[in-house]
Amino acid sequence: MSRKVLVLGEVREGSLRNVSFEAISAAKTVAEGGEVVGVLIGDAVSALGSELIKYGADRVVIVEDEKLKQYTSDGYSQALLAVIDQEKPEGIIIGHTALGKDLSPRIAGKLSSGLISDATAVEVAGGNVVFTRPIYSGKAFEKKIVTDGIIFATVRPNNIAPLEKDESRNGEVASLSVDIKDLRTIIKEVVRKAAEGVDLSEAKVIVSGGRGVKSADGFKPLKELADVLGGAVGASRGACDAEYCDYSMQIGQTGKVVTPDLYIACGISGAIQHLAGMSNSKVIVAINKDPEANIFKVADYGIVGDLFEVVPMLTEEFKKLKVHS
Amino acid sequence: MNIYVLMKRTFDTEEKIVLSGGKINEDGAEFIINPYDEYAIEEAIQVRDAHGGEVTVISVGNEEAEKQLRTALAMGADKAVLINTEDDIENSDQYTTAKVIAEYLKEKEVDLILGGNVAIDGGTGQVGPRVAELLNIPYVTTITKLDIDGTKVTVTRDVEGDSEIIETSLPLLVTAQQGLNEPRYPSLPGIMKAKKKPLEELELDDLDLEEDDVEAKTKTIEIFLPPKKEAGKVLSGELTDQVKELVYLLHTEAKVV
Ligand SMILES: Cc1cc2nc3c(=O)[nH]c(=O)nc-3n(C[C@H](O)[C@H](O)[C@H](O)COP(=O)(O)OP(=O)(O)OC[C@H]3O[C@@H](n4cnc5c(N)ncnc54)[C@H](O)[C@@H]3O)c2cc1C
Repeated sequence: MSRKVLVLGEVREGSLRNVSFEAISAAKTVAEGGEVVGVLIGDAVSALGSELIKYGADRVVIVEDEKLKQYTSDGYSQALLAVIDQEKPEGIIIGHTALGKDLSPRIAGKLSSGLISDATAVEVAGGNVVFTRPIYSGKAFEKKIVTDGIIFATVRPNNIAPLEKDESRNGEVASLSVDIKDLRTIIKEVVRKAAEGVDLSEAKVIVSGGRGVKSADGFKPLKELADVLGGAVGASRGACDAEYCDYSMQIGQTGKVVTPDLYIACGISGAIQHLAGMSNSKVIVAINKDPEANIFKVADYGIVGDLFEVVPMLTEEFKKLKVHS
Repeated sequence: MNIYVLMKRTFDTEEKIVLSGGKINEDGAEFIINPYDEYAIEEAIQVRDAHGGEVTVISVGNEEAEKQLRTALAMGADKAVLINTEDDIENSDQYTTAKVIAEYLKEKEVDLILGGNVAIDGGTGQVGPRVAELLNIPYVTTITKLDIDGTKVTVTRDVEGDSEIIETSLPLLVTAQQGLNEPRYPSLPGIMKAKKKPLEELELDDLDLEEDDVEAKTKTIEIFLPPKKEAGKVLSGELTDQVKELVYLLHTEAKVV
């Protein structure tokens, strides 16, 4: 059964986020041969329309308005609902990012539809579109289907492989004008605190520090290692509670759930709440001076030792590797 | 001010997940207030103490949730409402829960609704924004600060580590992010007082809802545990050699760098 599926592309600092391409790939599966329509919302985003097409969208609808410069749930939901009204899709896929998490339940509420949040895989099986998603912060997984109405899901960054970019693809990029009004929440100011560079939820490599880093300064060698690997720095709640770092870096059951290719845990004991957030990473490395630490039970590779010795040595060794390869 | 808190009873974060007969086995498991909802309860109490009014904590679930509602009352909430759907609803999802809560709230004078930004079991974060949509009031998710001045509200919202300072107004729904406050432990006098505070129990009938009105739109067809991670290789030898070996293994065996 082929379906028309909408994908909301998410723009950050002038470019599309990777998760948008992953969402297109998921939408292709849901569409079962039907049309995939990209949607871009913002104040100057039309130039990015062709990018969505190169990654697999068939055509793109753009809603541009000054009032959509920053994300607000009122502005974006008016824009997206107008597109939904015009296109009458049978499926909608959005990235499970801060924006997607905030916007999607509102749209589902408006449409009186179901919503499968935070999917890590999608397949067609037994005549159903089946989504896989973590529950209990990754301690278990469920497979879920929509039983009534539109197939609406958000997809977790970094889990569904995007399609290869095809420079030769073309498609229509049309704009839809929507009267955006009555914004009930106004963003007065944005304070940039997130570490520059790679976003934790999208990072391929994460170097994470726990109480073992002993101070805010103790994160410096971790940052250097992450930089060499093009990765991001995360933390345990122990490190956040001790005020060595910001809570936005926390990984675990009450923090971010991450699935990078490589997770390097430095001075983290491996409490069950921490493991919930990272144990589905592809490869886990533990560096801890306590050979009995629980983190070694989930680590693919472990080094028993002082992180302040091991981490800088690792950084040097990876630098050498980069020079040679 | 009429303040409502949406609260879910969840598995303790210490619990391992065990399946039996394809379902999550709850036998002997400890349950807690969803940690993010604890921030919501604490914030609600602080807002009431500063501005006056009443805090009502609502939970949709079964009668087991009474225990967590009593804990919320012991922390300082004034009233609790348990919407017991156990006998009426077999298959529920976030559509169901939001509809039930909105149906209860739509008859009330509501100034402020607080919830956690996500429940650590289901992990969808849908119910708060869905309720706001159904009640047609604005919402802000993942907040780390809340200031109320008359009907004017200033909130700080965590957006993947950055902070947005947002102006909005009551009535409003917000969902709590870690860092919003430090939830208090119930005091002994608090626990004594909680026993006498009102805990109302409702069923779908009392809300004039039929099971069909709130029937789930999605369904879980399978639950499974992730493949068990085998303990890997703990390296040995001189530290410099271990580091070299690790880089070599990551490059050639695991192929992640
Ligand atoms: C409701 C609830 C929710 C929670 N949610 C989370 C969550 O989301 N994420 C999370 O992480 N935790 C969470 N926790 C906390 C969790 O239980 C642990 O307390 C926390 O993860 C411990 O952090 P840690 O491993 O950094 O610290 P510790 O357990 O103190 O471990 C520090 C480790 O560092 C090692 N070490 C010390 N010095 C060095 C050195 N120089 N070199 C190498 N190793 C060294 C030690 O051997 C030790 O293993 C939660 C707890 C509760 C109750």
